Amino acid sequence: MDWETVIGLEIHTQLATKSKIFSGAATTYGAEPNTQACEVDLGLPGVLPVLNEQAVLMAIKFGLAIGAEIPKRSIFSRKNYFYPDLPKGYQISQFELPIVNSGHIEIQLADGTTKEVGITRAHLEEDAGKSMHEGFGDQTGIDLNRAGTPLLEIVSEPDMRSAKEAVAYMKKVHSIVCYLEICDGNMQEGSFRCDANVSIRPKGEEAFGTRTELKNINSFRYVEQAINIEIERQVDILEDGGKIEQETRLYDPNRNETRSMRSKEEANDYRYFPDPDLLPIQIDVELIEKVRNQLPELPNAKKQRFIDEFNLSDYDSGVLTAQKEIADYFEDCVVITEGEAKLSANWINGELSASLNKENKDITESPVTPKMLGSMIKLINDDTISGKIAKQVFEAMWNGEGSADSIVERKNLKQVTDRGVIEKLVDDVIANNPIQVTQYKATPEEKKEKLIGYFVGQIMKKSQGKANPKKVNELLIEKLDT
Amino acid sequence: MHQSTLAQLSTALESNQISSEELTRHYLERCKQFNKSLNCFITINEESALTQAKLADIQRKTGDATPLTGIPIAQKDIFCTNGVKTSCGSKMLDNFIAPYDATLVRKMNLAGIVNIGKTNMDEFAMGSSNETSFYGAVKNPWNKETVPGGSSGGSACVVAARLSPAATGTDTGGSIRQPASLCGITGLKPTYGRVSRYGMIAFASSLDQGGPMTQTAEDAGLIMNVIAGFDERDSTSAEHPVDDYTARLNDSIEGIKIGLPKQYFSEGLDSNIAELIQEGIKELEKLGATCKEIELPNTELSIPAYYVVAPAECSSNLSRFDGVRFGHSCENPRDLSDLYCRSRSEGFGKEVKRRIMIGTYVLSSGYYDAYYLKAQRIRHLIRLDFQKALADVDVIAGPTATGTAFKLNEMMGDPVSMYRSDLYTVSANLAGLPAISIPAGFVNNLPVGMQLIGNYFEESRLLNIAHRFQQATDHHKAIPEGFE
Repeated sequence: MDWETVIGLEIHTQLATKSKIFSGAATTYGAEPNTQACEVDLGLPGVLPVLNEQAVLMAIKFGLAIGAEIPKRSIFSRKNYFYPDLPKGYQISQFELPIVNSGHIEIQLADGTTKEVGITRAHLEEDAGKSMHEGFGDQTGIDLNRAGTPLLEIVSEPDMRSAKEAVAYMKKVHSIVCYLEICDGNMQEGSFRCDANVSIRPKGEEAFGTRTELKNINSFRYVEQAINIEIERQVDILEDGGKIEQETRLYDPNRNETRSMRSKEEANDYRYFPDPDLLPIQIDVELIEKVRNQLPELPNAKKQRFIDEFNLSDYDSGVLTAQKEIADYFEDCVVITEGEAKLSANWINGELSASLNKENKDITESPVTPKMLGSMIKLINDDTISGKIAKQVFEAMWNGEGSADSIVERKNLKQVTDRGVIEKLVDDVIANNPIQVTQYKATPEEKKEKLIGYFVGQIMKKSQGKANPKKVNELLIEKLDT
Repeated sequence: MHQSTLAQLSTALESNQISSEELTRHYLERCKQFNKSLNCFITINEESALTQAKLADIQRKTGDATPLTGIPIAQKDIFCTNGVKTSCGSKMLDNFIAPYDATLVRKMNLAGIVNIGKTNMDEFAMGSSNETSFYGAVKNPWNKETVPGGSSGGSACVVAARLSPAATGTDTGGSIRQPASLCGITGLKPTYGRVSRYGMIAFASSLDQGGPMTQTAEDAGLIMNVIAGFDERDSTSAEHPVDDYTARLNDSIEGIKIGLPKQYFSEGLDSNIAELIQEGIKELEKLGATCKEIELPNTELSIPAYYVVAPAECSSNLSRFDGVRFGHSCENPRDLSDLYCRSRSEGFGKEVKRRIMIGTYVLSSGYYDAYYLKAQRIRHLIRLDFQKALADVDVIAGPTATGTAFKLNEMMGDPVSMYRSDLYTVSANLAGLPAISIPAGFVNNLPVGMQLIGNYFEESRLLNIAHRFQQATDHHKAIPEGFE
């Protein structure tokens, strides 16, 4: 049977506030266990939460970025359950009235078309601490540093139809929250993670199948793998005449399988009710407008601007704008080159991107700064160096050997453009290759171009790549054809 | 010395007739002497109180003093006090030394008040007789066979027996006013949000409010001047400007309109008490007040609504007592669920468990709408009843409690009767209004309290009426036999 996959994602975005959502403790990642947990985070008797306004502003930013409605009033609720890393025995979250209602995000599919994914809601909540099962014998250690870190949970509609779409959506949300600077986007540290709701149904069927929830996946690659393996599992079950259990499952990347965590029957009754310790969040139109005016240019708008302003291809522009830092790098570079957008894009999406990937570095860690790259591109443009030599220069810059100018100077890589010098090289090569010259002359005009490459290669070799290829070509043809 | 009011002691300290150290030593002696028979303290802070007293004497000398610098006050054991055991009357917190001060405690410390000890209370403030305390029942100094009321029973007893010039209490459904009534003292529950709840161990967050328990309204005003005000650590505390709560004490009450709710004088009320309250009201009329009967039609619904909302909030508030980070933790747990079950089963008493069960039930999916939501709607109706009434009258007067102090153990087997005894007090909590109980006389040698309920943030007006009443009467001056 032909099956159709239905996927909805719940993305947990750690908001980049300095302090926690309901206390003054710092949110910095990686501190010694329990050094960033104050009396409020520990849930000591008598303590009370006070809402961090920055978290509210960040949630509003996100809502506006996805064209969502920001209700005038939203409330916090308590989600009650017992767990050792949940100090109060309840999580402060939002249930009935979330801060962000129904928006949408456009994603690009592999075939180049776009698709709109609905966002049901986004709500504020506090993160729990961490249970540590290693290093405590038969006991469990608790680290409450993360407890109370603000999260924005972004819940999508079940609009995605494949793991690839889910990843494209997740990447887009990632890009947006990073553009908005409301999340550091660091997935290894858990700042951006998701739960995936996955079900399948016979193609053409309208009713949804029973879904399973895959918990806490923190990489794009794992999301794709987890969903695909879960789809396979569900297809196998249904095709064997079985039934899908509604349950929560955990993805194990080491074995590439999903495992049951708890079934619907074991599910908690969270006994949600409005948190009496917190007042409703009231948001007036002025505040919304103020935040709207502070919104940065978002990925889609930037992409379109790059196409219009720099005459870039849809593809180049898309790659450059996927990450804000890359887009910034590009624009800085273009300024240095005095407007050489196409070459800048090629170098960033080509050589630079390859080098970053090879060393698993982010563009912000690139040893080659936009200024360095821009200056090098200028040297290409004014014929100081050839494109080929530029690769050498780039590599030297990458290895920390200084600016393009100094490398070219030191290594004597300046392109030879002097007619006399090139003429001498051309003459030498013609003189040393009589057979090839004869062959060339005998070749019909339309096939001559192919042969000329041989002579160019020889000349470039002799000049250690420094001869201006255009001039070499001109002179060669001139000489060979006479 | 101990027959003096807070205000008189303040004057004595001010004029150097006495030092805080002398005063504190005197009260400490009384505390130690009488606590054995009354069981009103969980902790007596002998050492730290004397240190505070000596410091206060220095502050008095250097002129760096407030009116209450050097005055000993007892804290209900629900307020977190840095470095001091804060048990909330529960085995669960028998080993809990609070690592921080509640805002109320911090403000009192800053004012130079001496914290003489932590008073006994119903476990987690759940009870109306102080019999649910892990530390045993408190005795009413007027008759040791009877209860002092609850949950701030220890505080009421301490003030009535003059073991401390004043004490603090908390009031979720009457826990300041009812024990004040049963022990013959003055107890003020301020407007919800007037006094910070930070560091006050939560029972029902939307109802809890701390306040003073004193001999007189004037004393209550002096304490309010220290503890009232917005606290950035409590989002539900009010940014409303704070009064000088002693400034209007002597204002005339000529022309003040007093509403007498029909529902507060109905058949449930002991006729002797009704008579005393009527006499009290006549006294107010003599002072120039005018009275009229009013309606609070949803009064009967206040008890069921309260006993849904309060347990619901408590079931969630008490989840943090799980044996993991602080408080009672069971021996050798087999696994996580065993740790939770046994720590909580062993740590909580019967009444607390009952309320956690009720609260958990009413919040469960499928029952939420029928209980919790409906109770919230009733709460809204009750608030509207008061708004309507207070548009017409300045304050509402009536009895505080349905009866006088009852015998120890008399009601423990009948929680519903116990709950019903909160009939006149819970409404003010549900509506968030300020209310005060003041001594109005005696029935069979047991004190009776009269309650005044005011409009939001009108504590000054309540204190003004109460003060004028106390200027004209002597009920509040009576001291139980053996404690003079």
